[in-house]
Amino acid sequence: MDLNYTKEEQAFREEVRSFVGDSLPKDIADKVLHHKRLGKDDWVRWQKILYKKGWVAPNWPKEYGGCAWTPIQQHIFEDECGYAGAPRVMPFGLVMVAPVIQNFGSQWQKEYYLPRILSSEDWWAQGYTEPGSGSDLASLKCKAVREGDHYIVDGQKTWTTLGQHADMIFCLVRTDTTVKKQEGISFLLIDMHSPGITVRPIITLDEEHEVNEVFFDNVKVPAKNLVGEEGKGWTYAKFLLGHERTGIARVGESKRELEQLKKIAAKQLRNGKPLMDDPRFRDRVTQVEVELMALEITLLRVLSSRTKPGPEASILKIKGTDVQQALTELTMEAMGPYALPFRPETRDAAWHGEPVGPEYAGSAAAVYFNYRKTSIYGGSNEIQRNIISQMVLGL
Amino acid sequence: MDFIFSEEQQLLRDSIQKYISKDYGFEARKAIIASTQGFSGKVWAQFAEMGLLGVAFAEAHGGFGGSAVDTMLIMTELGRGIVVEPYFSTVVLGAGLVDLAGSEAQKQAVLPKVVEGKLLLAAALGEPDSRFELNCVETTAKRDGAGFVLNGHKAVVLHGESANKLIVSVRTAGGAREAKGISLFLVDGKAAGVQVQGYRTIDGMRAAEIKFANVKVGADSVLGQLDQALPVLERAADFAVSALCAEAVGAMEALNAATFEYLKTRQQFGRPIGSFQALQHRAVDMMIHCEQSRSMAYLASVKVQSEDPNERKRTVSAAKIQIGRSGRVISQEAIQLHGGMGVSNELAAGHYAKRLTMINATLGDVEHHAERFASAG
Repeated sequence: MDLNYTKEEQAFREEVRSFVGDSLPKDIADKVLHHKRLGKDDWVRWQKILYKKGWVAPNWPKEYGGCAWTPIQQHIFEDECGYAGAPRVMPFGLVMVAPVIQNFGSQWQKEYYLPRILSSEDWWAQGYTEPGSGSDLASLKCKAVREGDHYIVDGQKTWTTLGQHADMIFCLVRTDTTVKKQEGISFLLIDMHSPGITVRPIITLDEEHEVNEVFFDNVKVPAKNLVGEEGKGWTYAKFLLGHERTGIARVGESKRELEQLKKIAAKQLRNGKPLMDDPRFRDRVTQVEVELMALEITLLRVLSSRTKPGPEASILKIKGTDVQQALTELTMEAMGPYALPFRPETRDAAWHGEPVGPEYAGSAAAVYFNYRKTSIYGGSNEIQRNIISQMVLGL
Repeated sequence: MDFIFSEEQQLLRDSIQKYISKDYGFEARKAIIASTQGFSGKVWAQFAEMGLLGVAFAEAHGGFGGSAVDTMLIMTELGRGIVVEPYFSTVVLGAGLVDLAGSEAQKQAVLPKVVEGKLLLAAALGEPDSRFELNCVETTAKRDGAGFVLNGHKAVVLHGESANKLIVSVRTAGGAREAKGISLFLVDGKAAGVQVQGYRTIDGMRAAEIKFANVKVGADSVLGQLDQALPVLERAADFAVSALCAEAVGAMEALNAATFEYLKTRQQFGRPIGSFQALQHRAVDMMIHCEQSRSMAYLASVKVQSEDPNERKRTVSAAKIQIGRSGRVISQEAIQLHGGMGVSNELAAGHYAKRLTMINATLGDVEHHAERFASAG
């Protein structure tokens, strides 16, 4: 056992660091570091820079234009990008649907969609959750009926993250109501510009537009957009969730937020002294910092294991989101009374008005409320516990 | 970076597991604890025979030249078996101190005998008012002709009454809490003026209050440099803490396994209690605590060897914080999920909980290490 990075791994880290340092546009990094609002263009611009470098799809096999990096290299890359304030690479196309297409898709789907995902030509969204099907996802009702060489889709998806930007959405749809609920589900790739699709914003607690409802009314989808076999959608969905969970620990971003929190708490005063030197506050920061140190090693253990991440990956989702939420909570608390002012206009990078309180006030509480989502999305942390309980502990 | 144990390490682990499951069951352990000595000389001799006592030391001193990772592996298995023999006090902390601080002659005099199982050590570091602060030393050693004379009171010395040799931290200069002026002495356990009051500890081991009343020792009993012992003492203590973390992980694993098994077998309302989600989620949290602790024990066993003292202190303290918190959660939850059986002394579960709880009170608890973590930057 050796927990030190090899010379090659260290050199790789240097290479990534210097590339990110040179190539990450400063205006984008500033937005990320100061919790300003990101637009579609910010994400796409960064992804195209990575695409040009050949680094946009670390998790893809080489034959499709991936990097063929080791899991440790992937971690180093995510760690450096997260720490430097790079926007998160949108996972819906690159991390989620692409492996499904690679493993279960038709030749046409591979040839048509994969290059467009790689070059960020298409923005993808995820169409899983429905108003009546959250944790009990397999109960979903959005139906697709085969008519000749098309499916006709009717129903609704919800909590669709950044669906307002999407060109494509991958959906779980019900194609058979006569069999066991898991066996009547299929996996469809749907053009968001199709007639009959309506996107309605859902405004979250931070008054931002991040998620949406998507309505399907008599939407015609070519049958060649069915992935794999009809009725096998649930298998593909589970395969996809396994891919999602390893990236969900977000260690690099949490390291960055921890550092930011320490800087803020060093400037804020309690009893005339830096808040960071107050033992009560400092111990709470220490507790999160130690959990984050442990999480990074736990993540590396999962990544290094020879087998594909199994249900143990649920630990990363639970612990990763615990840490993220604790950091937003402490950052908000570090503001003291300046947690109260709510000025969404200050989150526009172009805003140059009169600030209220410290320059970092105004978004901390909003970010805190936004991050309550993390223990709910991607399979709620309770569902993750069910998975571990059944699949690992055998209870 | 890799998390793979070598073939030798796996063999070592398997041999301890085999021995403990065959010869060190809960009933055997109970009998050992009830004996006057509080541990088994026979088991100790077998540990020597298996080579466990020499893993960490150089071949020139009778050892096998292993690393802190080997010690971690051994300690995890001893934790899994809640073994009460003085491995930690003699081999890890005691001999560890001699190995780090001692002269070549002192190492030759002590280490080979430890490896053979013929010499027991105990480190007398704490005092009634020192809590976990290694620099808080009021026991004195004053010049007395060619040698020194020791006076003072050392508190909760693990396995202090069975030790043939004591390693004592004393003040040879400076004020009660000053970093400079601390020295280490190697003192015979039976020396005139050494008064030992032994007692049981709640986790099935033994410890002692040791008073030194005008104990005369020669100049050759000084271990390391006079007045300059604190840095080496801290380094040896960090090594010992990383070993304790590893022991805790073994105990957590065993306690979790026992608890999950109980959840599967105990029937209430006509079904196993493990089918209830309220208990399942608590079990999962116990498992996550164990995995996070394991990650930190791994990290500590590697970084304890770091040449940078700040990196070493920071990582080891972080590990002790994690293990302290997780050990508390796991031991309390294990008792709760065992229901009435959890509070019975007849079941192993409670004994694991006791050991995990006392590990937090050994060489620094969560609060102590949180302070140290912060000051290490």
